[in-house]
Amino acid sequence: MYRVQTRTKASQIAGLLALGLVIVGIILPAFASRTMIQDLFFILSMLTLAQFWNLLAGYGGLVSVGQQAFVGLGAYAMFGGVILLGWDPVPALILSGLVAVVIAVPTAFFTFRLQGAYFAIGTWVVAEVVRLSLATWKTLGGGTGTSLPRTASDFWGTAQVAALFDVRAAAARDIVTYWLALTLAVATIGGIYALLRSRRGLALAALRDNFDAAKSVGVDATRMKWLVFLVAAFGTGIAGGLIYLQKSRISPDAAFSVTDWTAYVIFIVVIGGIGTIEGPIIGVLVFWLLQSTLADFGSWYLMILGGLGIVVMLFAPRGLWGFVSDRTGVQLFPIRRRLIVTKGE
Amino acid sequence: MNLLTLTNVSKSFGALTVTDDVSFGVPQGQALGIIGPNGAGKSTLFNLITGNLRADRGQIDFAGRDVTQVSPMRRCTLGMGRSFQIPQPFANLTVFENLVVAATHGQSRSESEVTDQCAAILDQTELMPRANDTAGSLSLLQRKRLELARAMATGPRLLLLDEIAGGLTEGECQALVQTIRSIHASGVTIIWIEHVLHALTSVVEQLLVLDFGKVIGLGEPEAIMASREVREIYLGIEV
Repeated sequence: MYRVQTRTKASQIAGLLALGLVIVGIILPAFASRTMIQDLFFILSMLTLAQFWNLLAGYGGLVSVGQQAFVGLGAYAMFGGVILLGWDPVPALILSGLVAVVIAVPTAFFTFRLQGAYFAIGTWVVAEVVRLSLATWKTLGGGTGTSLPRTASDFWGTAQVAALFDVRAAAARDIVTYWLALTLAVATIGGIYALLRSRRGLALAALRDNFDAAKSVGVDATRMKWLVFLVAAFGTGIAGGLIYLQKSRISPDAAFSVTDWTAYVIFIVVIGGIGTIEGPIIGVLVFWLLQSTLADFGSWYLMILGGLGIVVMLFAPRGLWGFVSDRTGVQLFPIRRRLIVTKGE
Repeated sequence: MNLLTLTNVSKSFGALTVTDDVSFGVPQGQALGIIGPNGAGKSTLFNLITGNLRADRGQIDFAGRDVTQVSPMRRCTLGMGRSFQIPQPFANLTVFENLVVAATHGQSRSESEVTDQCAAILDQTELMPRANDTAGSLSLLQRKRLELARAMATGPRLLLLDEIAGGLTEGECQALVQTIRSIHASGVTIIWIEHVLHALTSVVEQLLVLDFGKVIGLGEPEAIMASREVREIYLGIEV
């Protein structure tokens, strides 16, 4: 008799550690300073964006430089839900995901005709078109942008959190958005890991290794591309909505910034290790450290970021995690299936 | 009842007609060998059957339906399994995973349903000792075996083999022929393109000869090999 096993000793330890970290993360606002909560919000939201970009490029082979389209759409959908429909911002985050998916369908329809670098440019063009279109929408602030209305600042949970931790409303808003970012990041990592462990994840790996052979064993390449693109759009849209709920002020140039929502995200994934779940986690920590230590150096900061990216690409093309994993064989999120022969019948 | 039928199939690349009005049928359960000199259009014909190339004219029927315009992916799920002349393993997946991806997608079944079946194919193709190694680490013979195993994992009614014995030593070739014979004995219909004639003729019941894209002979191997025309064209023997 046979059975299939994917877990390893390292992954079991990592699983327990992750569970511990999540619990610490949940109760953290009881001790942590407001600055730390804001920093963690930044880390968690960038981590979510990075995981989805990694899903697209690292697993799906879809190198997009237009993911800011979905960040911006998600952000504007949340603002639209609040300003136009009078919704509470937290449930309006669902709109963020849905609007991103709705726009992702025609985006995919057109850009999937393009290959490689042309696909990348195509997605960027779409993002610019969306940015320019939204900049003409006067009710949502037009080109100069707008703020969340005062009535929406006490969104779901803030009053209870303010009472529970005995903090001001502004700090309570940070705590609620932090918890939402933690939930989103955990759900993203868990969801992507589950996808990769399923037969669809195996199909993605097969397509990456040998596109023609994968189609010849019945893998539906087109469906897999659509699945990955739409899932990434949905998650990126929710992340965008959440980021701008925390900022509470939006403008087209900021919400559709290719630097903030795609270039930094690519840096995180490439530095950490593309095509792994661990990579973006390491990458976002490196990115945050660099940003918090070098932010005062202005344009030098960007040059150091670029220089470091080049060094990693030259000497550790599989990123920092790839460098570690190749030498130690450690995998915290193993997806390899091992066929085990069990004794007896 | 034919499992596969080609009717007046033609394919040209520019002015060059590579498949010229080809018609033949393969009954359920038969093993058909395809031979012909280099450039006769064997691989083109093979790719027309699997759908990797589209026919310019003519019709291809498989399992009672017209598949002329059907994609390779759909043809696989309908029951065509193929090997590649140059092995195309999923190099970063393990040997076992190579079979699982083929079995789950080729047969549209869940992973737990196909585990035992994949293990049985690994046994049959003698790849079990390498089950948990990455496919990129296999030797040539093992890669050829993996091509066969992966095609079998899709649950084919028709198995298409493209020069699977090429490049192997005599002993390796014999071992592979044994495996293919056992697969055929289990009822799978086979179309096999091969240059290694004695390997081919020890398995197939019918032999089809191609030259310049045309079918110039179809019949039992002994009769075909004895025919003057085939010996002249294919074997280059002056008779």
